[in-house]
Amino acid sequence: MTSIAKPGARPERIPPLRLPRRALGALLAPAALGLAGCGSSSSSDPTSLRIVDYYNTPADDVVIEETFTKSAKDLGLTYSREKVPGDQLIPKVLQMGSSKTLPDILMLDNPDLPQLAASGALAPLEQYGFSTAGFTPSIADLGMLDGTLYAIAPTVNTIALFFNVPMLEKAGIDPPTTWEETREAARALTGDGTYGIAFSAIATYEGTFQFMPFMWSNGGDEKDLATPEVAGAAEFWSQLLQDGSASRSVVNWGQGDAMDQFKAGKAAMVVNGPWNIAGLAADTPDLEWDVVTLPVPRSGAESIAPLGGEVWTVPATGDEEKQRNAAKLLRAFVAPENQLRMGTARSTIPGHAATAEQFASEHPDLATFVEQVSTARARTGELGPEWPRTAKAIYTANQEVLVDDTDPAKAFDEAARTVS
Amino acid sequence: MTSTSTASSADGLTAVGPRGNRPAPRASTADGASPARPGRRRRRGGEGFLVRYAFIAPAVLYLLLFYGYPIVKNVVMSFQAYDFSTFFNGSAPFVGLDNYATALSNPIFLKALANTGLFTVGSIIGQFVIGLGLSLYFRKHFPLSGVLRSLLLLPWLLPMIVSAAVWRWILEQDSGVLNRFLESIGLISAPIGWLTSSDTALVAVIMVNIWLGIPFNVALLYSGLQAIPEELYEAGQLDGATGWKSFRHITLPLLRPVVSVVLLLGVIYTIKVLDLIIGLTGGGPANATQTLATRSYELSFLEFDFGQGAALSNVLILIALLFSVVYLRANARAAKNG
Repeated sequence: MTSIAKPGARPERIPPLRLPRRALGALLAPAALGLAGCGSSSSSDPTSLRIVDYYNTPADDVVIEETFTKSAKDLGLTYSREKVPGDQLIPKVLQMGSSKTLPDILMLDNPDLPQLAASGALAPLEQYGFSTAGFTPSIADLGMLDGTLYAIAPTVNTIALFFNVPMLEKAGIDPPTTWEETREAARALTGDGTYGIAFSAIATYEGTFQFMPFMWSNGGDEKDLATPEVAGAAEFWSQLLQDGSASRSVVNWGQGDAMDQFKAGKAAMVVNGPWNIAGLAADTPDLEWDVVTLPVPRSGAESIAPLGGEVWTVPATGDEEKQRNAAKLLRAFVAPENQLRMGTARSTIPGHAATAEQFASEHPDLATFVEQVSTARARTGELGPEWPRTAKAIYTANQEVLVDDTDPAKAFDEAARTVS
Repeated sequence: MTSTSTASSADGLTAVGPRGNRPAPRASTADGASPARPGRRRRRGGEGFLVRYAFIAPAVLYLLLFYGYPIVKNVVMSFQAYDFSTFFNGSAPFVGLDNYATALSNPIFLKALANTGLFTVGSIIGQFVIGLGLSLYFRKHFPLSGVLRSLLLLPWLLPMIVSAAVWRWILEQDSGVLNRFLESIGLISAPIGWLTSSDTALVAVIMVNIWLGIPFNVALLYSGLQAIPEELYEAGQLDGATGWKSFRHITLPLLRPVVSVVLLLGVIYTIKVLDLIIGLTGGGPANATQTLATRSYELSFLEFDFGQGAALSNVLILIALLFSVVYLRANARAAKNG
């Protein structure tokens, strides 16, 4: 993040120089060694596979590792797994792509998939016997581009509304189900160092992720941002700020920051995801919280949330035998019983519909999220590789509305123009 | 990025200090001796030629590899459609000036350009005025002045990303220390959204950058002040030049070469500041703190349009180059006068 060096600007070729050849060789030997050192980690043994993902925290890492270990053992395969920091994954993938060192199994954040699949870096999965039969259709869509399956999501997440039970009880308020109720509740819960509600409207894809449920539930669509439905959702967010029920800092808060406010008792409600549940238990065991599906514009409207979470792919490395083995390992990895195990450990929802039902009955505390997932949508479902541009237009417009009090309709007309 | 800028600032420090101190006669002796040397070398012929080039070869090679190649690559890239898929299929067709046209016609470009100007000018004025004030203050020796002066270097020693994170807490709207302090002394009645309002975000970022740049200014200006002989002030005092007069007629003229170096290096370092802004605001809110550097970063590494990102960073390089030329000329002049 702190380096602005262009990834393409590596010393690949040496500019011609008139120098004694031996001197040149001596000077370049260390450089050549260094280059060889970073590229040669893939061995030729077809049963030894390389995996790259960004599951760094113990809550994720332990169960992912266990599941891979078990699956690989059953199949007689071995693997080495590399975990990179979350924000470094795509730069790393680009680097590996240009140096032809893509791993055999690669994890991606789901909105990044279409762009990568469109660039030809990934192998279509159906040829290896993958099928999304039995998956919740929207979750199967996460791995599709133009009708071809490139990735599979063993478990997913989404966002809902967490609330501080004692605070709502003290104010005599039921968890809100509509926007109007949310405004009233947030207003009533605000005061004495506490805001009624917290969410993330940061100028990154996270801010867009949090906006989607409001936009979709209001009938908005990412294919046309210049509609009253989209502007209406932005208006709702802006009202929460104007009422003083949400901090103006939401424009700089990531989802983690918003959750921290909730944990610290500085927000009575927060829009966030199930990945926080382990942290809530560990950091603030005394905090009594519950969770409901996200409020909708009017009663009776459907609450549509975005699907979050990671998908797994088999990069097209050109080594057909390895790709076959990688696919075999991945198929075992995403089997329903493993979905259940990973879902339980990571508080995420299995992609397989029947498994998700079983999961909900075993984990009543996550039932809200199971319900929210069943109606959730993939962000890239309509726009595919074009999604990132639209996502940026959305968070930029929201920032203008929330920071500069720009009229929502005007801000989203402008947003629609930048993506057309 | 942090490490490079610190390293080069350190270069600036060592380069300027001795030059300011160097008595004029020695410089002319060196000049006088130089004509004799090339003649002697020429007599040795081809062998000497090779030896000489063998000595500079590592430096030349280093420059070509780590400065020449990236710059050339960056220029080439700015004429190519270099995006996400380029990394996988290697195709980056040339598109002429398209990247420049798109990047420069985007309304954010003008905003980023204006912000870059405001950020640079604001930072430099603040850093310089405070830096000069502090170095004049430290010129008067008092107990613990040495300790205090070294403590002043602290902002320089902290990793930029750490400073940015700490300042984010300080400037936080609801629970930040700055707002709490201002409220407690009754200066403001409602908390200011330092980093959340587009009116104040740029001011806040400039403020932090001033804090960050003061050590550099103090270090250079202080060493420049040390080079002014005490006798001049004593003589001036006899003629009635004290206080403002002695500053105006003795300090300022003698400090001028150092001042020009400080200002120009400051501009070159400030114009490309990236990590601080990314750490504080990420260019937001609503692009209020977007500069050419952050915009170029955003285009390349968030939107993966490396062609446009390269085009924008070339514009930035061009601007910095302009100031570098001014700096080099001023430097040459200072050397001649010094």
